Amino acid sequence: MNEQYVLRVNGSERSVTDAWLGESLLYVLRERLGLPGAKGACEQGECGSCSVLLDGVLVCSCLVLAASAIGADITTVEGLPGAEAGLTTVQQAFVDEGAVQCGFCTPGLIVAVHDLLERNPSPTELEVREALSGNLCRCTGYGRILAAVETAARAGVQA
Amino acid sequence: MTSAVDVVNRPRTGRNRIGDSALRPDGIPKVQGRFAFSSDLWADGMLWGMALRSPHAHARIRRIDVAAAWRIPGVEVVLTADDVPGMATYGLISQDQPVFARDVVRYVGEPVAAVAADHPETCRRALAAIVVEYEPLPVLSDPEVAIGGGHPPIHPDGNVLRHQRIVHGDPEATGVVTVEGTYEIGMQDQAFLGLEAALALPDPGGAGIELYIATQWLHEDRKQIAACLGLPEEKVRLVLGGVGGAFGGREDISLQVHTCLLALRTGRPVKMQYSREESFVGHVHRHPAQIWMRHHADADGTIVKIETRMVFDGGAYASTSSAVLVNAITHAQGPYRCPNAVVDGWAVRTNNPPCGAMRGFGVVQACFAHERQMDKLAAAVGLDPVELRLRNAMRTGDLLITGQPLESVAPVERCIRETAAIPLPPALADDCDVMAIPGGAGRTADRTHIRRGVGWGVSIKNIMYSEGFDDYSTARCRLADGVATLHFATAEVGQGFVTIAGQIARTILGVDDVLLEPMDTRIGSAGSTSASRQTWMSGGAVDAACRKVRERLFEHVAAGWHVDPVRLAIVDDAVVDTVEPSRRIGVAEATVGVTFEETVEYHHRPTEDLDENGQGRCHVAFAFVAHRAVVDVDPELGLVKVVQVATAQDVGVALNPLSVLGQIEGGIAQGLGLAVMEELVITDGRIRNASFTDYLLPTFLDAPVVDAVFVEEPDPQAPLGAKGVGEPPCISVTPAIVNAIVDAVGRSIDRTPVRPPDLCL
Repeated sequence: MNEQYVLRVNGSERSVTDAWLGESLLYVLRERLGLPGAKGACEQGECGSCSVLLDGVLVCSCLVLAASAIGADITTVEGLPGAEAGLTTVQQAFVDEGAVQCGFCTPGLIVAVHDLLERNPSPTELEVREALSGNLCRCTGYGRILAAVETAARAGVQA
Repeated sequence: MTSAVDVVNRPRTGRNRIGDSALRPDGIPKVQGRFAFSSDLWADGMLWGMALRSPHAHARIRRIDVAAAWRIPGVEVVLTADDVPGMATYGLISQDQPVFARDVVRYVGEPVAAVAADHPETCRRALAAIVVEYEPLPVLSDPEVAIGGGHPPIHPDGNVLRHQRIVHGDPEATGVVTVEGTYEIGMQDQAFLGLEAALALPDPGGAGIELYIATQWLHEDRKQIAACLGLPEEKVRLVLGGVGGAFGGREDISLQVHTCLLALRTGRPVKMQYSREESFVGHVHRHPAQIWMRHHADADGTIVKIETRMVFDGGAYASTSSAVLVNAITHAQGPYRCPNAVVDGWAVRTNNPPCGAMRGFGVVQACFAHERQMDKLAAAVGLDPVELRLRNAMRTGDLLITGQPLESVAPVERCIRETAAIPLPPALADDCDVMAIPGGAGRTADRTHIRRGVGWGVSIKNIMYSEGFDDYSTARCRLADGVATLHFATAEVGQGFVTIAGQIARTILGVDDVLLEPMDTRIGSAGSTSASRQTWMSGGAVDAACRKVRERLFEHVAAGWHVDPVRLAIVDDAVVDTVEPSRRIGVAEATVGVTFEETVEYHHRPTEDLDENGQGRCHVAFAFVAHRAVVDVDPELGLVKVVQVATAQDVGVALNPLSVLGQIEGGIAQGLGLAVMEELVITDGRIRNASFTDYLLPTFLDAPVVDAVFVEEPDPQAPLGAKGVGEPPCISVTPAIVNAIVDAVGRSIDRTPVRPPDLCL
């Protein structure tokens, strides 16, 4: 447990020291870099709670070895474009539409919705459902999340 | 009547008073990823803890050798049953479950030892180094064998956890029409996303401990933890760590005692957090049940008598099985008048995974049986399923099969009629998107094979604890400088009590700013976030505390005005003399430099135990709901898509319509899970699908359109007129969906979840 390497997270170079090479990106973000926004809930890429962007690609950080992400641009919920100035349009829509209950799935969903709207600014309902079917939510039944995505998409189109 | 459309389109007033769709106070940190869940907690010098679990469903422990684990660098402590300083066992109702197994293990996953080390990987290596010699024993896996006495006791307390009968009216009564069936309900998991996690901080010298924990009931946890640690309760301080969902799965002790023991023994902070696989064996599940049920009715469908035998498999330890059983048997009649009943209920101990509380708490199983029965009865007497349910619908004042009069508002007929009035979804288009039909992205189903079905379910659910239990709640309100500060130990698990607590305070006190103290054991118990009870109980406590503070405020203002305080009222954000309304002062101004603080315990009215014939006023209050499900089925492939769920729910008063809608939609998704996909598959006591790859949860694509209507008839007994809304949504939706599948395929299906072979033609 004495590995040293550097990750580029949310635009900053972050040193990882005294690490075990077997650690997942999720573990390193949460336990070594003080970024607990990505959550662990299944450890096998089924629930999407740990979603982050790796060079702009949506991944489950529980399935990525941290050391394999050297050289990549890693974006977590804490570093989404627009988050530094308060809430992003997507985050605001989640709050306003009641899309948050326990909130454990929420950061992963926020990242996934940013990724969806980046690729497809005006998704149909079925496209939203398909794109987010890798993010499990146990509290909401998804109804208010769908409303939030629709609100965010409308706001994005207007903006 | 309020519909979901009204809720979503309702203008936000911005005042966040009772009845407004106020937004969650924790919403912003949650969307930013900054909200501190239990698993996010961290302390300087923190160790990680992990438990070693039994690989056997039933075995004698011959020997435990922990020496090799101690020798691994980074390992700070290894604990077994010998290291428990206080009570060796815990439990919510009877304390029959060991902190660590000593001589015998009774289920796969039972904790045997625990370690604390510098890294989770070190913990895993240490657990692998512990040697446990087991002698496998015969596994008791069949609840009927447990009832029949065909297996030696697997626990000193015996193999029957509870046997309770109900005999009501004339047990010999018969009807000209009878229908019967035997129903099977699978084992469901709460599957909250936020895995069990806790951080324990020991006091210097081990004199006490502070535990940050995701739980449903801080004070009950504290009682059990303190007993096992051998510490006085006041030396064990609990603070609610952020809770990532609960649904009943956090009522029981899981890692609480282990985390505290590891921290006390090492003198260092210790964090434990389960993996998903460990979570599946580390908390109780919804009881699997076998229910035989027979209805007697007149030729016109009027129910004459219900007979039922219910068998609930409680698994290895008691947990709340005895209370779950009583809920099931006392709700056997459903929301229907039933003058005569003979009910035989069993909750038994086996070497299967322990079962206990899950949203719906026994009523889910009973409802599946009575709602399948109602469809069979409708067919037998030639009535439409809706007409049959209306004909038998309960009303306020009816006598339940326990002999308890139904005193709650009981708008059963209205729930059914309002649900029926919700438009059905459009027919499936011939050229519909493949994603919209069963099988979805798998592209397996053929549009021409799809059949549509419609099914109904209606339910009754008790709210609050039963059988004489005084599950009171405590709240404190402090008003100073125009700011109200609330303190309570109510576990916020995602349901939104923190939102309505603020709404109550704003409404009663005329303030805009409400602060919430951390939820912890520095104040009295709030009871459990269970049984749909916190809106009523903790809502009642917050309401009462705020009203007492308001009285103090009125006395203070009235003294200055030289008027009788009874003349004063809160109007908007001011204290106003109702006799001379020009005399008014803003609450903020009136409270400059003064502080009013009141603490109140709110108790519901007392309930009674059941007697040997199951008679007694055992429940406090009831809530009702109707569900209509529309499904598309491919009967050749066994695929189901739930298209729409229409529902009208008896909510009393919707204190926060957006929150109520969230509870309804979320509960329906869980009920859908139990209808068509969620089941822990057990073989010889072992869970075969303890992962999210194999235990299927409803995804975004599985979630139906929910069209909801709130039936708002304020309950006179409820402090705010509001009933709890958490459990009813997940209860009758399950049989509604199964009844819809039966309608589509024309084949009786008497088990849930429905598997492809159960429905294939």
